Amino acid sequence: MLDFRPDEEQKMLTETISRYTRERVRKVYRDAEEDGEIPAALVRAGWEIGLLPTALPEEYGGFGDYSAVTGALALEEFAWGDLAVTLYVMTPNLVAIPVLLCGTEEQKASYLPRFCDEAPPRVTAALTEPAVQFSPYKLKTTAVRDGDEYVLNGSKTFVPLADNAEMILVYANEDGITQAFIVPTDAEGVVVGDRNKLMGIRSLPANLVTLNNVHVPASSKVGGETGIDFSLILNHSRVALGAAAVGMARAGFEYARDYAKERVQFGEPIAHRQSIAFMLADMATEVDEARLLVWETAWMLDQGQDVTREATIMKQQVDRMVMQVADRAVQILGGYGYIREYPVELWLRNARGFATFDGLAMI
Amino acid sequence: MISFEIPPFIQNQLQMIRMVAEQAMRPYSRELDENEHERPQAFVQMTWPFTQQMVKSSLKPLMAQANGNGSNGSNGSAKPKREGPDFNMLSFIMMIEQLSWGDAGQYLCLPHPMLGGAAVDSAGTPEQRVRFLKKFTEGDPKWGAMAITEPGAGSDNSAMRTTAVLDSDTNEWVLNGEKVFITNGALALKESDGLCVVWATVDPSAGRAGIKSFVVEGNTPGVTIAKQEHKLGIRASDTVALHFDNARIPYENMLGEHSPQPTESRKGFQGAMKTFDASRPAVAASAIGIARAALEFTKDKLAEEDIVIDYTKSLHELTAVERDVIEMEARYKGAWLLTLRATAHMAHGESNRLEASMCKYRAGDAVTWITQKSVELLGPKGYTREWLVEKWMRDAKINDIYEGTKQINQLIVARSILGYSRRELK
Ligand SMILES: Cc1cc2nc3c(=O)[nH]c(=O)nc-3n(C[C@H](O)[C@H](O)[C@H](O)COP(=O)(O)OP(=O)(O)OC[C@H]3O[C@@H](n4cnc5c(N)ncnc54)[C@H](O)[C@@H]3O)c2cc1C
Repeated sequence: MLDFRPDEEQKMLTETISRYTRERVRKVYRDAEEDGEIPAALVRAGWEIGLLPTALPEEYGGFGDYSAVTGALALEEFAWGDLAVTLYVMTPNLVAIPVLLCGTEEQKASYLPRFCDEAPPRVTAALTEPAVQFSPYKLKTTAVRDGDEYVLNGSKTFVPLADNAEMILVYANEDGITQAFIVPTDAEGVVVGDRNKLMGIRSLPANLVTLNNVHVPASSKVGGETGIDFSLILNHSRVALGAAAVGMARAGFEYARDYAKERVQFGEPIAHRQSIAFMLADMATEVDEARLLVWETAWMLDQGQDVTREATIMKQQVDRMVMQVADRAVQILGGYGYIREYPVELWLRNARGFATFDGLAMI
Repeated sequence: MISFEIPPFIQNQLQMIRMVAEQAMRPYSRELDENEHERPQAFVQMTWPFTQQMVKSSLKPLMAQANGNGSNGSNGSAKPKREGPDFNMLSFIMMIEQLSWGDAGQYLCLPHPMLGGAAVDSAGTPEQRVRFLKKFTEGDPKWGAMAITEPGAGSDNSAMRTTAVLDSDTNEWVLNGEKVFITNGALALKESDGLCVVWATVDPSAGRAGIKSFVVEGNTPGVTIAKQEHKLGIRASDTVALHFDNARIPYENMLGEHSPQPTESRKGFQGAMKTFDASRPAVAASAIGIARAALEFTKDKLAEEDIVIDYTKSLHELTAVERDVIEMEARYKGAWLLTLRATAHMAHGESNRLEASMCKYRAGDAVTWITQKSVELLGPKGYTREWLVEKWMRDAKINDIYEGTKQINQLIVARSILGYSRRELK
């Protein structure tokens, strides 16, 4: 029966994450953004919450309770703290979840237990390409079969933590279909290039990666001969990003709401005026609506349904929502909204990214 | 636990209702739109047996309680204890959506207690609920209505002037005043032995505290239909102005518990507000039904032109029309989910006032935009009265207006999230 109330376990999980974001992330995220670096201890503490191991089955060393709905709840809470920190902590998911969803039995057995260790493996994934017209279903990076090997060629961008990675899950176009390949960074022809200079999420190191005739064994193709169900992986990513956008938008709404109650002009708090109060009402309603769209898509994923249509509709709406909410948060703060001492300008910069962050988060 | 599952028995019910919509509503849509004030006979005939069953099933726990514990009948305000969620609410909301997909104007003519019933449920005692709603389980079709709005009291309904004065000789309330824009006013009071819940003040100097609700039954002397409105849309729906000229009703027809000093509590007005917790999701559901009708029709017609959306295309590959359609789908779905949330909270016995206002204004906004877009996307054909989209666009707009305008519901949401009183945020 229809119900919109998280259960006790989910509440405990979000409460744990919320404590982490309030007591740790929010203390340092602004400096991290200016410095372009997130303190290692903060990342470790985030990993220790154990989100990924709880999503992996027992046979691979996890706690065996995968749920996209729970993942969405967790991601919203994480991203309320800070988006870059969230993407940093969750980078191992970019490999673990696709392998869990589409890997062969052998691939699962060999990779997944490593994600249940105390420290996460140094892995990342590369989907986005440096182009104006980017479509994850029509990648320009190619994979060509050559005997019992694949040869990869192309350029990737926004590859988080690539600098420090031992392995990259590379998405490439094989005969018009997007497939994924496990590529060691020390393979010949893999070049981790410059760090991306981005408008937002500046504390997350991300790099360009080029692949020049990189040879990998055929067995490194995720899912073996049949390959992956790329829509399924992309849909999981869209749920994750949608949830993160909701969390960040909620942060913006809450900040603007509290500010509007404090800031006095013309002898009264500005929130006493309808033009401000109605903006806040719209923000609250649109955040709630977006969350429901994310939850529904996540729930359908958990039911094993194909959500390609729903995920597209949801993601486009969430992307619009997060921009509008972040923009209005800046507006409500007036001149202060434009100053980097206040967080809202950061949320506006981050918000614009969601439309291009496909594949940058995964649950 | 978070779930989007609609119980299978409700899904089955919906298939039946879809048949009603297809057979008894759609074929008459245009005719009833062009001949305003004509009644949707086929629809009424077909739905009356069904609504009788619905009312019966919602009264069942109350009747059982009254039989099992007779002394609790008249003064027991305690709600009957419920085990598990209330499926009636969800099934009603889903039904409204499906009927409004058929035709929103005709849906409003459903022979059912409707808003009047929502008011009796929210403000009445269990005894009153049985007494007033039982007639909807037997005999000829009947209608329910609710009258709050007055010429000088629209959004600010606490400014109402209609008075109820107790005549202690006859133990009757005497109603005087004017109500406007009353949906089903004529059907409930003149064309059937239905009921209309009328909000009136027992003490004009007491403001909100003086406002109480009264059940006026069909054919009560002193009630006249002053005007039948001509409207932009939902023309099949009966909208009238009512005059109360010394209309007398029994003392027991004041909803709620009877204290000798009725002005001492604000309970009366709170009853009105509580009615909205149930009726706003209902209005939202009706809005959504129209939105779905327009969306499905638009997608079908575009498909005939070979415009079919490929959801794996990137933003650069989608045409402007395709992006519009995807946004329409998102706005429709989002507003529907907000509506389901407000409904589910209520079904699970949780407070839903904020959620009810959110879904109501968002759904009104969504359907208004979606239907206007539909007419636009269908070009010159969309503008003709040959197709129903132009009618749906006219029908849709009412959802921004009644049950609290968009702005009034935004105001309620804003006060709630800011923790402000009516004085702090006007
Ligand atoms: C077809 C139809 C059916 C109806 N059915 C019923 C019915 O069955 N029973 C019933 O009682 N009533 C019914 N109504 C009345 C309806 O609820 C009112 O029309 C509505 O509440 C608005 O009141 P008003 O028309 O007086 O507009 P006003 O209150 O005069 O509003 C005019 C404009 O001012 C805005 N406004 C008002 N106050 C504020 C504020 N504080 N802040 C910001 N903006 C504000 C409004 O949003 C609106 O845009 C119906 C109306 C119609 C058209």
